[in-house]
Amino acid sequence: MTQALVKRPLLNTRGIIFLCVLAAVAFGVPYLNGAGALPDYAVSLIGKYLCFALLAIALDLLWGYCGILSLGHGAFFALGGYAMGMHLMREIGDRGVYANPDLPDFMVFLNWQELPWFWWGFDMFWFAALMALFVPGLLAFVFGWFAFRSRVTGVYLSIITQAMTYALMLAFFRNEMGFGGNNGLTDFKDVLGFDLQSQDTRIGLMMLSALAVAIGFLICRAVVVSKAGKVIVSVRDAESRARFLGYRVEGYKLFVFVLSGMLAGLAGALYTPQVGIINPGEFSPANSIEIVIWVAIGGRGTLIGAAIGAILIAAAKTVLTGLYPEAWLFVLGGIFVFVTIFMPRGVLGVWDSMVDEMWRLRGMNPRERRLKA
Amino acid sequence: MLRMFRSVIAFVGLLQLAMLVPAHGQANDDAALRGEIARLAEADFRGVEAVVQSLASTGDPAVTSVLRALRSGDVYWRKSDKLVVIGEKAPGRSLLLTDPLTGEEIETVKKRETKKVKVNNTLRNAIDAALGGLTLRASDPAIRMQAAAQMFAKPEPKALPALDAAIAAESDPDVASAMRDARAVLILKSSEADKADALDAIARMVARGDAEARNALASITSDDAEITEGAALGIEKIDTSLRYWGYGQNIWQGISLGSVLLLAAIGLAITFGVMGVINMAHGELVMIGAYTTFAVQEFIRNSAPGLFDTSLFIAAPLAFLIAGTVGICIERGVVRFLYGRPLETLLATWGVSLILQQAVRTIFGPNNREVGNPSFMSGAFELGGLTITWNRLWIVIFALVVFFALMFVLKRTALGLQMRAVTQNRAMAADMGIRTGWVDAMTFGLGAGIAGLAGVALSQIDNVSPNLGQSYIVDSFMVVVFGGAGNLWGALAGAFTLGIANKFLEPFSGAVLAKVLVLIFIILFIQKRPRGLFALKGRAVDA
Repeated sequence: MTQALVKRPLLNTRGIIFLCVLAAVAFGVPYLNGAGALPDYAVSLIGKYLCFALLAIALDLLWGYCGILSLGHGAFFALGGYAMGMHLMREIGDRGVYANPDLPDFMVFLNWQELPWFWWGFDMFWFAALMALFVPGLLAFVFGWFAFRSRVTGVYLSIITQAMTYALMLAFFRNEMGFGGNNGLTDFKDVLGFDLQSQDTRIGLMMLSALAVAIGFLICRAVVVSKAGKVIVSVRDAESRARFLGYRVEGYKLFVFVLSGMLAGLAGALYTPQVGIINPGEFSPANSIEIVIWVAIGGRGTLIGAAIGAILIAAAKTVLTGLYPEAWLFVLGGIFVFVTIFMPRGVLGVWDSMVDEMWRLRGMNPRERRLKA
Repeated sequence: MLRMFRSVIAFVGLLQLAMLVPAHGQANDDAALRGEIARLAEADFRGVEAVVQSLASTGDPAVTSVLRALRSGDVYWRKSDKLVVIGEKAPGRSLLLTDPLTGEEIETVKKRETKKVKVNNTLRNAIDAALGGLTLRASDPAIRMQAAAQMFAKPEPKALPALDAAIAAESDPDVASAMRDARAVLILKSSEADKADALDAIARMVARGDAEARNALASITSDDAEITEGAALGIEKIDTSLRYWGYGQNIWQGISLGSVLLLAAIGLAITFGVMGVINMAHGELVMIGAYTTFAVQEFIRNSAPGLFDTSLFIAAPLAFLIAGTVGICIERGVVRFLYGRPLETLLATWGVSLILQQAVRTIFGPNNREVGNPSFMSGAFELGGLTITWNRLWIVIFALVVFFALMFVLKRTALGLQMRAVTQNRAMAADMGIRTGWVDAMTFGLGAGIAGLAGVALSQIDNVSPNLGQSYIVDSFMVVVFGGAGNLWGALAGAFTLGIANKFLEPFSGAVLAKVLVLIFIILFIQKRPRGLFALKGRAVDA
């Protein structure tokens, strides 16, 4: 009981270490790259991993703290990515293959005469950046409002989030939707006047991603340590009881869902310029489930663990798909099974038990130690 | 009695044979034909056309070879005696002459000793019409049917007399009906048909009532108000009936899609219902069933090709056993450790699904595998305005058989009783001495086995590839969520509702958008009834 009343700090030791590591990456990687110790492509790769880390943190806030397992978080990510991709398409201007100043190449190819209304305004960066947050947020709001109000919970909710991303994938595959169909959006030239092909821009984007991870982490952490954070955890552990105590459970869930969706959108918006393409494959249910395993392997309900898990798995994927493409799905599948059965608290959980064990050997109650820290 | 019956049959057979032989003598006929053919020598275009008409009017199949040769410009006459022959090019600017009726070789002469009977396009058309009329009198009813259909598709009013003659001589009622249809089209096409005939023809087209008949009516050009009005009314009638048949076709396709969904979803429904476990590897169990079918067919092709038609009967139980075994392994090896943690189960089974997918890809390769249809499942038949393919029909029947068999297992066997008990109240069932762990394993195995059966059915209509399961998993979840978990009737209603809804939306919105709309509908529907159409009631649900 006493523990519950202690106001937890925004940054504990672990959080500070995490931010320091992020800063080290943000400044160390360009330095190593400049010194020739890191190849150019590695910078973009690290930038991409950082986007995944932000996405994982967003999902951890939702799943780890609020107990809502979304199997459709890839949809928010992809929507953010599309919003940014649309801006980048407009930036190409008349440098496209068909040299049409207004219409992106694929629209000219499909014989469209004018820009559809939902593309209006995307020539302005600030608008696109706003949309990258607003559209995923709106989808999360509408979807969450309907779902939480009628008390769809547990696996049912997971399944319909999966249906949501599946439906979006099918829709975005259609050429008539006006988002480039099968091929998605690609061939970007520059952003805000910076050439996307130049190494400087890539370094800048990577550092921005690191900053975004830091901000995302701080926001989530602020939510978690606040009073609302306590209610959110109570919703995860005993939803009915929280409701009976007079809390508007739906409101809290909706808040977390929308915030998480917007952070995922931000991650997507940073992801698109770094990989140079966004296509409907990002909506595929398999992608969304992979995000879940990042969180699970890192340790849910830790935020930092989610980021670690995302980077670990994404890096393993890069290495293994390069070396043994056949083996990757075996490994990934094995990780799913192994982690859920043997490491329910993830890498950080294993670490914590090891540390506790060490203190116990030294004759100190781990619980007291944690209270002191 | 039997003997008498046989002799009656023999007598009838003889009668039919007798009817096929022309009543008048062969010799007379030949002479008349030869007389006509002889007139081709030195004839001008008009003269040739007259010969063609008169040859055609004999309706004798023997003249087809002459007419064909004439059309391709292979008919010549010898300058020396004006004998009309069919010439075939031979080496050294010479021709091999054969008799126009019997095809007997006569002699090989220099080309300059003969003269060609020339034809122009008008004549070619006339010959085509004549030939069309002649095949109407062929001895094989299939050829006559074809000729009638051809005449229907490419109406040539000049062939009307030949067609009338053919109708009069026709003995097969089906062919006669097809010929009358063709006749109606010819009348509608020709400008000088009389009004009563034209109205009859319109009535006949309306009775036929398909898209071709509608086209025939739409092409009518007549000054007579009554005829044009009749045609317009006819078109309207046909349109209405076509629309209803279109609905019927949609419903049938929906039922067919629904049966596929049902097969894919019932296994899922019982594992979810009984154990509260979402089995994400369910789609891969379906895939295993499909690959089992492929393997069985490969084996049969290589060792006993004659047994190919029985391949599915071997594959089905085998697929049930293999998928069921894999299912039990998954339950014992993974799911068992995760009871009470449904979200984790979902993730672990997803991992299993990835492993199974990659395993199949490694063993069988990433490409689509071809699974053949046994003879009784290929082809289609017409039912009114509906086209029903045999494989779809068999799958609908198969799905219902599986459904009711499962129903029987649940309601009438000890295992079913225990499964229902565990579904309703796990703790109390355990107290009553039911080994819930064993029931879980069996339930999982049963659900997996049914997924294997679904794979056998799907292999008949879909590509067998490592991604087969993935493409059905979301759909089958939707069925379960829509119908309500743990209720077989819910799965049945859910599957057919979604299947039919999908097929009804498709014409308006396209296949992909229809699917999207159905998904959105389900997402909204879940808001209204969070536990599906046929929700289980009671306190156990909230656990």
